[in-house]
Amino acid sequence: MTTLLEQPKTEPMRPAAQAPSRTNRVLSDDGVPALLVDHVTKQFVVGGRRKRKQVMAVNDVTIRIRRGEIYGVLGANGSGKSTLIRLVSTLLTLDTGRVEVFGHDIERDEMAVKRVINRVSVDAAFFKKLSPFENLAYAARLYGMEPKAARAEAISILARLGIGEKRLSRPLEQMSRGMQQKVAIARALLTSPTLLLLDEPTTGLDPRSKLDVQTFIEELRDTHDATIVLTTHDLAEADRLCDRIGIINDGRIVVEDTPEALRAKVAEERGLEPTMESVFMTYTGRSLDDDLGDNEDKDDED
Amino acid sequence: MALMTRELKASFAFVERNFNLTKRYWGWEVAFLVYAVAGALAVSLIGAGQGDTRLLMTLVIGAVFWNYLSVVFSFIAETVSWERWEGTLEYTFMAPVRRYAQMLGSTVYAVAFGFVHTVVVLVVLALFFELDLSGANFVTAAVFMVLGSVSFIGIGIMTAILPLMYVERGAQMTFVLQSVLLLISGVYYSVDVLPGWMQVLSNFSPATYVLHGVRAALIDGQGTVSLLGDVWPLLLMGIVFIPLGLWAFGRAERYAKRTGKLKRVG
Ligand SMILES: Nc1ncnc2c1ncn2[C@@H]1O[C@H](COP(=O)(O)OP(=O)(O)O)[C@@H](O)[C@H]1O
Ligand SMILES: [Mg+2]
Repeated sequence: MTTLLEQPKTEPMRPAAQAPSRTNRVLSDDGVPALLVDHVTKQFVVGGRRKRKQVMAVNDVTIRIRRGEIYGVLGANGSGKSTLIRLVSTLLTLDTGRVEVFGHDIERDEMAVKRVINRVSVDAAFFKKLSPFENLAYAARLYGMEPKAARAEAISILARLGIGEKRLSRPLEQMSRGMQQKVAIARALLTSPTLLLLDEPTTGLDPRSKLDVQTFIEELRDTHDATIVLTTHDLAEADRLCDRIGIINDGRIVVEDTPEALRAKVAEERGLEPTMESVFMTYTGRSLDDDLGDNEDKDDED
Repeated sequence: MALMTRELKASFAFVERNFNLTKRYWGWEVAFLVYAVAGALAVSLIGAGQGDTRLLMTLVIGAVFWNYLSVVFSFIAETVSWERWEGTLEYTFMAPVRRYAQMLGSTVYAVAFGFVHTVVVLVVLALFFELDLSGANFVTAAVFMVLGSVSFIGIGIMTAILPLMYVERGAQMTFVLQSVLLLISGVYYSVDVLPGWMQVLSNFSPATYVLHGVRAALIDGQGTVSLLGDVWPLLLMGIVFIPLGLWAFGRAERYAKRTGKLKRVG
């Protein structure tokens, strides 16, 4: 895929227009972290009765994310990104370790955590026959919002994402994937989450929608008091959007730093080109394409 | 108190959502309603054909009340499989809503929907056959409807955990359970005609008592007091099944979250 987004990675410096917003934002390091993942492990048992085996989906992961930060989890398919997000979303229980969202323990204080988080998954999870409005009304009520206020809010969010009000009353299944994903993002933002979990929000989108979504995430970063965890296997996307990136490989965070620092590091230590590709290669031992192939095979077995 | 209000409000999310779903799937709803009416008529016509008014009433009551109970049951029992099919299960489970509020909302809608559904069936049957309801005791019938609803809601919640625990087969198990209830509860016949072991099973189905009670009330005009033998098992099941169902649902949810059964892909 060749889009504008690929440009920054051949240049060590970021385009001037983007740099200020990142550096100007105050990311306070003191106080309660927005998200604390502390030595978390999650294992699954997969396969039928005969070929039963254990998969370490998330392996002793520790992450500390500051309020207002966009933290990227970059990894190939099957590396454990979604599992990590689900653990934080209370959709999976932890095997070991501890997770805190703004100081609330996700096990002891589950409801408090649920109120401040929201998640957008790869597949926009909607009632297909219901309209965006009906889906959003459901969301609003679940989160204790007034549906009227929610409606107005949804209209304004979706307008910014380029979806007009007229389209919001027809069944959602009639919308393109890109549009559905935008509605999913609007639904998540509607509840004003202070921790937004975006699990591959742009995977499978057409280039246009992908760019829209990415631009919107940048806008959010600059205008909202939201902390974002973004998973992706798009190197350029991680580079463009994230304050810090953790590379996950076979369930482990193998390296973590700002995109600039990561690129500089591989250039300095290994004499490689300062690109995210080099970074990914260095820390996972594979190119992203190799790994994708590997994991599709692995998934077919079970 | 504030918590209760909050949860009550949240439970309305499920009522409104299900109403919208009914609206959007109206073609299917009409189709199922036609099927229900045709089924009830077909069975009742056996009674009419025999020229036996008692048999006719027995069949009509069986058809109408089974329709109600099975609609309520399947609506609740299928909450999980429905959302799994739509792909919204994780979204709903991530929301800051307690499970009892979710069940309350689903139940309120199920009862309302089942009621409307059943009234339609009843009206058609009443127009088709000359039913003699002069000696009927409607109050008693209503008491059994309410008691039956409560215990069916309880079994519905307990059954809803199957699709939570068994991703592939859960929905099928729910369906089989409903079929077994139909068979053992004496919907169209007295349970006395069943083989002994099935009669034992029939004691555990609330539908057995509901249908027996309603028939006694509408055909023979019996009062609630004379039917205490049918009332107390229903009362007991209602009291036990709902809390037990909610508890079991919580356990199943925990199990699903431990083993990754909510959703795997994505
Ligand atoms: N619910 C689940 N049940 C069993 N195995 C799972 C489940 N979810 C993930 N896995 C396995 O855990 C590993 C990590 O998966 P996942 O977190 O989905 O990776 P990613 O999101 O990075 O593609 C994979 O091997 C996957 O097959
Ligand atoms: Mg994933």
